Amino acid sequence: MNNRHTVEFKVNGEARSLEVFSMARLLDVLREQLQLTGTKEGCGEGECGACTVIIDGQIVNSCLVPMAQVNGCEITTIEGVAGGDQLHAVQQAFIDHGGAQCGICTPGMVLAAVDLLNRNPEPTEHDIRNGLAGNLCRCTGYMKIFESVVRAYKK
Amino acid sequence: MSPIGKAFPRKEGRKKVTGKALYVDDLSFPGMLHGVTVRSPSPRGRITKISFEGDIPWDEFTVVTAKDIPGANYVALILNDQPYLAADFVNHPEEPILLLAHRDKYLLEEARRNVRIEIEEQPAIFNLEDSLARKEIIWGEDNVFKKYLVDKGNVDEVWANADFIVEGEYETGAQEQLYIENNGAIAIANADKGVTVWGSMQCPYYVHKALVKLFDLPEEKIRIIQTETGGGFGGKEEYPSLIAGHAALLAWKSGKPVKMIYDRAEDMVATTKRHPSRTRHKTAVTKDGKLLAVEIDFVIDGGAYCTLSPVVLSRGTIHSAGPYVCPNVRIHSRAVATNVPPHGAFRGFGAPQSIFALERHMDKVARTVGLTPEEFRRRNFIHEGETTATSQVIRERVDMDQLLTRALQLSNYHEKRERFARENAESNGRFRKKRGVGFATFMHGAGFTGSGEVYLQSVVSAEATVEGVVRILAASTEIGQGTNTIFSQIASEALGLDVDLIEIVQPDTAHVPNSGPTVASRTSMVVGKLVESAVTGLKQTLIGSSLLPHEYGQSEFKRACAEYIARFGSLKTSSTYQPPPNVHWDDEKYQGDAYGAYAWAVYVAEVSFDELTYAAHVEDFVALQEVGRVLNPVLAAGQIEGGVAQAIGFTLFENVVWKDGRMANNQMTNYIIPTPVDIPPIRVYFEENPYAYGPGGAKGIGELPMDGAAPAILNALENATGVSFNEIPLLPETLMVKLL
Ligand code: FES
Ligand code: FES
Repeated sequence: MNNRHTVEFKVNGEARSLEVFSMARLLDVLREQLQLTGTKEGCGEGECGACTVIIDGQIVNSCLVPMAQVNGCEITTIEGVAGGDQLHAVQQAFIDHGGAQCGICTPGMVLAAVDLLNRNPEPTEHDIRNGLAGNLCRCTGYMKIFESVVRAYKK
Repeated sequence: MSPIGKAFPRKEGRKKVTGKALYVDDLSFPGMLHGVTVRSPSPRGRITKISFEGDIPWDEFTVVTAKDIPGANYVALILNDQPYLAADFVNHPEEPILLLAHRDKYLLEEARRNVRIEIEEQPAIFNLEDSLARKEIIWGEDNVFKKYLVDKGNVDEVWANADFIVEGEYETGAQEQLYIENNGAIAIANADKGVTVWGSMQCPYYVHKALVKLFDLPEEKIRIIQTETGGGFGGKEEYPSLIAGHAALLAWKSGKPVKMIYDRAEDMVATTKRHPSRTRHKTAVTKDGKLLAVEIDFVIDGGAYCTLSPVVLSRGTIHSAGPYVCPNVRIHSRAVATNVPPHGAFRGFGAPQSIFALERHMDKVARTVGLTPEEFRRRNFIHEGETTATSQVIRERVDMDQLLTRALQLSNYHEKRERFARENAESNGRFRKKRGVGFATFMHGAGFTGSGEVYLQSVVSAEATVEGVVRILAASTEIGQGTNTIFSQIASEALGLDVDLIEIVQPDTAHVPNSGPTVASRTSMVVGKLVESAVTGLKQTLIGSSLLPHEYGQSEFKRACAEYIARFGSLKTSSTYQPPPNVHWDDEKYQGDAYGAYAWAVYVAEVSFDELTYAAHVEDFVALQEVGRVLNPVLAAGQIEGGVAQAIGFTLFENVVWKDGRMANNQMTNYIIPTPVDIPPIRVYFEENPYAYGPGGAKGIGELPMDGAAPAILNALENATGVSFNEIPLLPETLMVKLL
């Protein structure tokens, strides 16, 4: 477990090659080695979704992903969800409709919402609730998050 | 166009949705070490031995014990009874004893597990009943941190002649705040420059006050900076003083920056929670349903140290008699000690506990008298000119009758009540869902209790730049509730400038004055008013110096600022708290004007109860409230929705499992908070009635939504099942036992 390996992967379109412990958590590598601190840790056990990233088109909890598993993968974090200074429609909707309060769940929530809309461009309320079921928010009571998702696709 | 009442987007929203907002764990400094806390292995006893074991390079570690503390070994707050590090005796099973720091956080974790602490155990008590019964004296002479007695009229003269006397007992459990960002702090400290701490917190000046004592340094040598804060709900009111102090002690000894971030398990097991409570009611009523006397015995479990328990108890006490008039009221209340980690601030601050009891009890009294819950309350609602339990004369227009009528309409209450009764009866004998509706009517006082605001003497400053930007300097923190945006709107309104020209300065005790703690639903109403007067002072200074005409536009304002600064060097004004007129409070008798203003509300819940799984589910929720003027409808609704969701958790999901004074389910996997699939539509409505002494007419709002949901839900469950439940959290297990 203490072995270091070279792992090659892409983050937000950029190729990376890093020497890491194979059991290091993707979450820590993103935050500490790549300074991509937009990905948050809420629980470290796959419950809260604050650490959500997209790997090869799938949302995953990066606190549960050992580095050995990301070799050859493409990863999108909150920093790469829209190009440059642009905002993704979901991000804009979260700003306009109160989808973020303290903001700590927001990066994960935005990625989960983006992923949901990629798979299902016009989700029903039921779809939205289920699509976001892996992401916890303690501030909003979720109402404004649901509304933000709806506004993002109705735009 | 006035910015008040407009849905301005959250000021720091862009940073938050792009992941650029920097929370404490996102910061790092060159040469930084990580710090951890070694805690007591048992709930109560004498520390006999500490040994450093295992195959650990101990000489690489910074180790701090009580002996290393340069100043006083207590967390300065109310009674100063809680040590930063236990020196020879522990009073709860997570009490900090020793601190460790190292560069490598993985090695640090291993080291923590290899510190062995031996305790000569002494008997401990873990619940408020045992504490009241003095099974063991663990604090002071009688285990009591604080007690109050509110006495209005004379209840003793009433009992003998009352048509009905109704008694009841109600209990609420501990609740974890569960902000998604755990507690954390980073410190740099040395004798030369003093101590600087960055951290996730609600009250920078609480931390400041505590660290001045801990290090015995002059005030200017302690600097506290609030980083973006991922939720607080009270959980970051007093606790940050502890973790900030720990990080600073390690930094002081090691000479290096030290970061201390709790993981979820440690945050849940060791930090504060909502006080568990037990309330007894005895009520005398006439046969036509008029309240004659109310006697309330309210007890909260404070945990091992006093922390904020006296103030939590105070708010719970004052709110325990609700928005009703009664000529004779006696409330005894006590906060008692147990050997569990200290309980602390959590949204509502004692009021959700005592309001739960009251609003469950009101339904019981109504039933006994033979009135509907609605009619009984209508006969007793307080009106303008009448007095509360503390003999406060209500001087604002309040119309609970109208609020109730509207809330019952919005929720279709009467129609549902009738339909559910029919459907539930039809379903008898077959397993299916039963449904019910219930409501609660309540009030919540904004700001500090009694003379609290006068003692605080909060200050806000405003400063103009040559570009005509107005910077607001206050220690009030943005914790997700919208401080930045609300302050900008208030300043923008007072100055007639664009909200974008208002800048909210990051709370940093080196730069901002003490505007008081960010608690008690006081930030918009009390501190917002200071923002309004500080910027008004700025404007008047410019007008007074003839640099600005009475009517002006943005460019004239900018020119005037530039000119003033060129002539006089800077332009800054401050404003200090002034109480509204005619506010009197007697701390001894606990009588008088407890709060400057109250928010009034009626919450209605519809629940279903599944006879097969014993699960109760909230199907629909209407939250109607009068909070003065609504400053920002999206933020205000967001506060209510979030609070109601937490209150639903408090009622039906969130169960702290205690084992010998320690939380046994300290993981998100088995302490369940509501997820996106658990929450019903929360329908939020406001009734607007501007408050003369609030900025733009606003009153406090943040804690209110925590108060009403629990009793409304249990009242609805009683309506659905015909069985009365008086304890929360109410889990399917409990429902099954009672209904089988
Ligand atoms: S931190 Fe990964 S799911 Fe909570
Ligand atoms: S916005 Fe605070 S946890 Fe979601």
